[in-house]
Amino acid sequence: MTFEPFRTLTSRTLVLPEENIDTDQIIPARFLTTTDKNGLGEAAFHDWRYGPDGVLDEGHILNSTDTGSHQVLVAGDNFGCGSSREHAPWALLAYGLRAVISTSIADIFRSNSLKNGLLPVVVSPEVHKDLLEQPGREVTIDLDAEELRFGNHVVPFSTEPFARRCLLEGNDPLGVLLNAMPEIEAFEEGRAA
Amino acid sequence: MTGTLFEKVWDRNLVRPEQSDSPAILHIGLHLVHEVTSPQAFQVLKERGLKVRRPDLTLATLDHSVPTLRAGADGRLPYVTAQAEKQVETLRANAREAGIELLDLGDERRGIVHLVGPELGRTQPGLTIVCGDSHTSTHGAFGALAFGIGTTEVGHVLATQCLFQSKPKTMRVFFDGPVTPGVTAKDMALAVIAKLGMEGGTGYVLEYQGEAVRALSMEGRMTLCNLSIEAGARAGMVAPDETTFDYLRGRPGVPDDFDAAVADWHALRSDDDATFDAEIVIDAGAITPMVTFGVSPDEAGGIGGSVPAPANDSQAAGLRYMGVTAGQNLSSMKVDRVFVGSCTNGRIEDLRAAAAILRGRKVADGVTALIVPGSEGVKRQAEAEGLHEVFLAAGAEWREPGCSMCIAMNGDKGAPGEVVVSTSNRNFRGRQGEGVRTVLASPATAAASAVAGFVADPRDYVGAAA
Repeated sequence: MTFEPFRTLTSRTLVLPEENIDTDQIIPARFLTTTDKNGLGEAAFHDWRYGPDGVLDEGHILNSTDTGSHQVLVAGDNFGCGSSREHAPWALLAYGLRAVISTSIADIFRSNSLKNGLLPVVVSPEVHKDLLEQPGREVTIDLDAEELRFGNHVVPFSTEPFARRCLLEGNDPLGVLLNAMPEIEAFEEGRAA
Repeated sequence: MTGTLFEKVWDRNLVRPEQSDSPAILHIGLHLVHEVTSPQAFQVLKERGLKVRRPDLTLATLDHSVPTLRAGADGRLPYVTAQAEKQVETLRANAREAGIELLDLGDERRGIVHLVGPELGRTQPGLTIVCGDSHTSTHGAFGALAFGIGTTEVGHVLATQCLFQSKPKTMRVFFDGPVTPGVTAKDMALAVIAKLGMEGGTGYVLEYQGEAVRALSMEGRMTLCNLSIEAGARAGMVAPDETTFDYLRGRPGVPDDFDAAVADWHALRSDDDATFDAEIVIDAGAITPMVTFGVSPDEAGGIGGSVPAPANDSQAAGLRYMGVTAGQNLSSMKVDRVFVGSCTNGRIEDLRAAAAILRGRKVADGVTALIVPGSEGVKRQAEAEGLHEVFLAAGAEWREPGCSMCIAMNGDKGAPGEVVVSTSNRNFRGRQGEGVRTVLASPATAAASAVAGFVADPRDYVGAAA
């Protein structure tokens, strides 16, 4: 196990309706000089949570929300666009989030999230609108059944089977890749021949 | 069998095709490594008792965190923080331990990761190239399949030289006809992003085709492919041709039997009857010098136009951040700072374009201009051509190579509220410093804007100063 498995999560939503929230917003580049993963929760959305003077903006939703009970981020369209920094999902997890719901989630951010136990969930614009309009509502994300449930809604979502298995087990796929080493070596020998 | 360029490169590097319960396994021909996205990956290998499997297919450089100022009187480089210096030292130690070649500070081959691969001839047609950096798409200019990965995947490649990959879809981006004089690869790229939108390319590999693409130098093709990620695409590609082969011939990293390699590379093109999952056509002749006005790269327009009305609250907030209003002429934006450099536009051709406009002219009062070559090789070439003297005479700064103000993590940055015309790739809020307002543009447009003191059309500055 390389991270906390994701099976079923029941939690409240934290809503950031802005579109195109990029990885420079999620964690500004000046926090990327770290050589480990410690302390990244403080850097999550740093420039949204702190004023230019470095003072915490206590009224900001990211500061006034109890992260223990609000582990599901509902964000505007095209969340996580921009750079490949894995520090983005690391920071969101350290801040306290376990899942991100949007109408679309950028490619590399999505790939990075899946490898760390942060579940990206893509929903239709109708469901999205519903969730955006009622911040703080309780939702259940059942990865095994691939269902998002809230109120009377049961919304199916899909995750690649391999990524789903890794999330349910809490494993990054390196072990599976290492098991393929005979095939990898045969490929390299075939090419050298 | 017929296929697209992408499919041909994919098939060449496929260890195992996609299965019902597992993505494909793709072999990686070149793994580029830099100081920011690698330390935690090396750490995972150490924790698991794994070795770097193919140091011969791995090349490391220092670019993001390094100062672009020279060492002070005490001989020490002015790192922005001790942590930045530690990050550099960490890559040194990791590379030494793993036997990975590192282009260290002081190495005449060092540069931004996406410049050094091509300069050394390590970037080649048909290769799979990855790096923990989203602008790895740059290398697609050579007909390579090149894309950015996260740090976990950096670890996968270090340990196995392979990656699990779901096969992306393909999109043909066809430029119809030639561009008009004064229009550059940067303008073509911004036109693509404006048309596709920031997520229009998500899930796709783009292949750029058409007369205007064929006419580009390798430098221009790299700029075009570099920006593919800003439309959400994983990669961008251009089929190799004589321009590609001429660029590579004689570089140290190319195959010993270069002619045989070229014969092989000729096969790397999309067949005439190949089908793409999607296609867009862009009227190349209609493209004019482009600038951005909002806080995402797709919010771009021709410099003669005006700021459009925002389509929603997010865009409206972006315009407020930028301090512009709908209907305002794009060329009326006042400029505080200009940055020429980055993996997007830090190559020799970019510096020549900036110098052509700055020659005999002065940077406007109140404007700071920073020119940062993308590599030591570019710096040497520029100085051999006397371009640095042009920049210095114009009142601009001439720095040491690195990512610098593109990502602003080495201390090179703007001040809150400043408008920066930048040849880099992202105009996100705060990207170039907290509160900084970024306007993306070509090197020629950036240079013209430095002289004018407001966002300016480079076509008005063609030829020698009066």
